[in-house]
Amino acid sequence: MSRRNGFSLVRWWSIVRKEFLQLRRDRVTFAMIVGIPILQMALFGYAINTDPKHLDTAVISADNSDITRSFISAMKNSDYFKFVGQLPDEAAGRDALNRGKVLFVVTIPAGFTRQLLRHERPALLIEADGSDPIAGASALAAVNGIAQSVIQKELTGPLAPLAGSPAAFDVEIHRLFNPEGITQYNVVPGLMGVILTLTMVMMTGLAMTRERERGTMENLLTMPSTPIEVMTGKLIPYIGIGLIQSTIILLAARFVFHVPFFGNIGAVYLVALLFVAANLTVGITFSSLAGNQLQAVQLTVFYFLPNILLSGFMFPFQGMPKWAQALGNLLPLTYFNRLIRGIMLKGNGWADSWPSAWPLMVFTLVVMTVAVKTYRRTLD
Amino acid sequence: MSASANPDFAIDVKDLNKHFGDKHVVNNVSMRVRKGEIFGFLGPNGSGKTTTIRMMCGLLKPDSGSGTCLGYDIRRDSADIKRNVGYMTQRFSFWDDLTIRENLDFVARMYQVPGRRDVVQKSLEDLGLVGRAGQLAGELSGGWKQRMALAACMLHNPMLLLLDEPTAGVDPKARCDFWDELQGLAARGVSVLVSTHYMDEAVRCHKLAYIAYGKLLAQGSAAEVVASQHLSSWAIIGEKLVQLQETLRQQPGVEQTVSFGTVLHVSGTDADLLQRTVAATVAHQGVRAQKIDTGLEDVFIYMMSRSADNFGDRP
Repeated sequence: MSRRNGFSLVRWWSIVRKEFLQLRRDRVTFAMIVGIPILQMALFGYAINTDPKHLDTAVISADNSDITRSFISAMKNSDYFKFVGQLPDEAAGRDALNRGKVLFVVTIPAGFTRQLLRHERPALLIEADGSDPIAGASALAAVNGIAQSVIQKELTGPLAPLAGSPAAFDVEIHRLFNPEGITQYNVVPGLMGVILTLTMVMMTGLAMTRERERGTMENLLTMPSTPIEVMTGKLIPYIGIGLIQSTIILLAARFVFHVPFFGNIGAVYLVALLFVAANLTVGITFSSLAGNQLQAVQLTVFYFLPNILLSGFMFPFQGMPKWAQALGNLLPLTYFNRLIRGIMLKGNGWADSWPSAWPLMVFTLVVMTVAVKTYRRTLD
Repeated sequence: MSASANPDFAIDVKDLNKHFGDKHVVNNVSMRVRKGEIFGFLGPNGSGKTTTIRMMCGLLKPDSGSGTCLGYDIRRDSADIKRNVGYMTQRFSFWDDLTIRENLDFVARMYQVPGRRDVVQKSLEDLGLVGRAGQLAGELSGGWKQRMALAACMLHNPMLLLLDEPTAGVDPKARCDFWDELQGLAARGVSVLVSTHYMDEAVRCHKLAYIAYGKLLAQGSAAEVVASQHLSSWAIIGEKLVQLQETLRQQPGVEQTVSFGTVLHVSGTDADLLQRTVAATVAHQGVRAQKIDTGLEDVFIYMMSRSADNFGDRP
């Protein structure tokens, strides 16, 4: 007598339609879809990427000549460096860096000028506080240019032949505390994952709890629909939203932040789709677990924080202790960060991406199963 | 152990029990609704009406008990029950941010109603809402919401309607129209279980059940329910009834006094004792007393206060 209630495409589509209709009328949510990426891009993108200037710098000078003085003043003139004082020795330099008193320590070794004149290609050392990698990145990038201009300016007359050689002296840069050496270009692709995580999980987290709070869930449960129909039907519109947001972020990355783009755009959308799916399943699970919309938002925040902190978005993944890395390896954002940075910045292909792609697929399947299992068919 | 699927009954449930935490919300409720019958479900707020209805249509799992709805087992076949039963929730549960047409269309799609467009159009015409089909459901007044909700749960031609206080907060004219519609449906063979607080609606039902504190106290036709309580009643007509009511309440044989403005109903199970008391009290008060048939309302109030005495310690 009891027919099994199988998946029905008609019912599924009617739920998809309903969600689209409701979304179209929900101006606030619609504004969020477009507004959140733009706002966060502007905020994080610029806040993190502004070219910081006048960074505190100390000098350990064991050699004082026209050339070294010229180099120091050229650094000053670049506006990136602000010299706050002389330090007696390397230990004092390291101490100042450790305490965060200065971001850079420039060491001019004894006999630098003499070696330079003897064509021995001496090296200047710049130690940088890499724990704030974004802050120092552009300053350090400028150093070689500064060195070149000093060479052009100072090595004239009898010293001119020195200037022609590949480099009269080297500037050696040591980044301390930061093994990965993140540059600003890493931030914008990473932001894509952060924004998608926040909006996707939050919006779908609210999807089911909203029905429950408005009392329409009782109606939905009275109808002959299966959990899979309701859940996937509700998710479809958000996949579209996720792709719209991805597009906004990619356009901003390209034309506002001039992030280099080496990879395949199709691959970017493919991993974005995979990542969106993973987050939607998380959201819909929260939606089943939470009793009301407030709880759904709280769960989202609870999920969002480790994603930001442990995924390698904010802090270098290799720098974290093993247990934290293990936690990070459970988060979809960790894999997405690797995928998107790999594809956009290194031009990674499918073979390079696979090791980070399959965990996302497994994650999506597992969490979707949990979501369907936790879906309450009754009002109990 | 399921109840026999007797084809005469649209609803046939036995010994339903439901607990929420340590609250026994529905206590051994058994109920039978014949096909084509309008069955009134009465009881005070929080008595377990909604919970019982939800168990019948598969929205809640009973802790114990069994039964069938349209021949489908309420535990096993909830998918079949959902397909064939129309359930109207107590609170308006359609989508405020969809238009009337979109709501009906969504419901029709979910039930995979054949000839969907025509069915929805016909339903809108019957409702007299064709002109406002594009209006958001949330903007409708209470009475129109109820009518739309009834239309929506009728779209798939269910043979059984479960209506949970469908007329709460609806004006008398709209209520009257609503009941005319129900009677028309019943005449076509649709069975209706409807919960209500209104006496005028109760008397329009073919059968009644009264529930209080989760227990079914009486079941049957209105006359049977009245007779089951063995109450005799007097009506006292006159002025200054408030003081008289106070006095009467203390007298032997008087178990219940209910004031209806200028009329005071006095009821008790011991007819002779009550008659003597009424006669003695009324004699020098300048009021008129007259023996009446005990009404449904008297009986309901009697049952409710009696059950409150029995289960009063339970919140």
